[in-house]
Amino acid sequence: MPDTLTSLADLSRIAAELGDAVVETVVAHGEITLITTRERLVAVLTWLRDRQQFEMLTDETCVDYYPREPRFAIVYQLNSLSRRLRLRVKVFLSEYDKVVPTATGVYAGANWLEREIYDLFGVTFEGHPDLRRILMPLGYEGHPLLKEVPVTVEEVAFSFNRRRIDSDKPYVRE
Amino acid sequence: MGLEQKLGDMGVVTTSLEKAVGWARSNAIWPMLFGLACCAIEMMSTQASRYDLSRFGMELMRASPRQSDLMIVAGRVSRKMAPVLRTLYDQMPDPKWVIAMGDCASCGGVFNNYAIVQGVDEVVPVDVYVAGCPPRPETLIEGILKLQDKIKQEPLKKWQ
Repeated sequence: MPDTLTSLADLSRIAAELGDAVVETVVAHGEITLITTRERLVAVLTWLRDRQQFEMLTDETCVDYYPREPRFAIVYQLNSLSRRLRLRVKVFLSEYDKVVPTATGVYAGANWLEREIYDLFGVTFEGHPDLRRILMPLGYEGHPLLKEVPVTVEEVAFSFNRRRIDSDKPYVRE
Repeated sequence: MGLEQKLGDMGVVTTSLEKAVGWARSNAIWPMLFGLACCAIEMMSTQASRYDLSRFGMELMRASPRQSDLMIVAGRVSRKMAPVLRTLYDQMPDPKWVIAMGDCASCGGVFNNYAIVQGVDEVVPVDVYVAGCPPRPETLIEGILKLQDKIKQEPLKKWQ
């Protein structure tokens, strides 16, 4: 377990050294989050990896905060194996400009994680070497984890609507 | 030799060709391995010593569609897997049958979402649906016996 006090001291020092690249620092439930901007993202990640020994990108994911604007957040979960520290880096994106620079140049493991975010949320990663769908079939249209996509694809059948649902179902013939 | 010595003189049995072929087909079904999820564990258990599927003439689970005539779809089929399922079904020689094993293969089950095919009958024609999540081996065997009854009653004009 990382020492929270050490982490907090580290956080303030990290934030001070990064200067205006850090928009906000949040400490909640003993976990520290550093919010940065799209323009400074790659520089921040590179600096954290090289100067602060955050050697490992545990996960990269996306959050859809729907009615809020900026709507999307790309979240980088960093882990420092040598210092036993964890750090979360966030970048907020507007609904109308879903583009973020790729982290594959800093952490090679970001490749498939970014393909997954592109597949499920439709965020474009600038400079990504191979930005294709990874989970859904290549011909699939849309991005299924967006909030506007309905949770279910088929109406739930009860006795009053069972017959109609059944008649609409695309059964194959031999 | 053999049978006559054990059972005595059995004489002559008359039957129709339809029934004879149906009987032969139904008792030597070779299922294809199509385990996709947790239902596959129950399918393995059905095959293994305790439930012993070979009592019904189907001890050979084939890993190749060319050698099999029954596809047991055991588990949820994702949209990405659906074309693969159809290709393997098309590669199976006629006559062929399909069992949708479990709720997910039959109707999507609890996975009413973008990733899962809502019933494998959207992709291949299904003969028997086996309910359960996952179905116990006895349930699967019951489904297979139902399929055997169905095969025995298949009329001549359906032969291909």
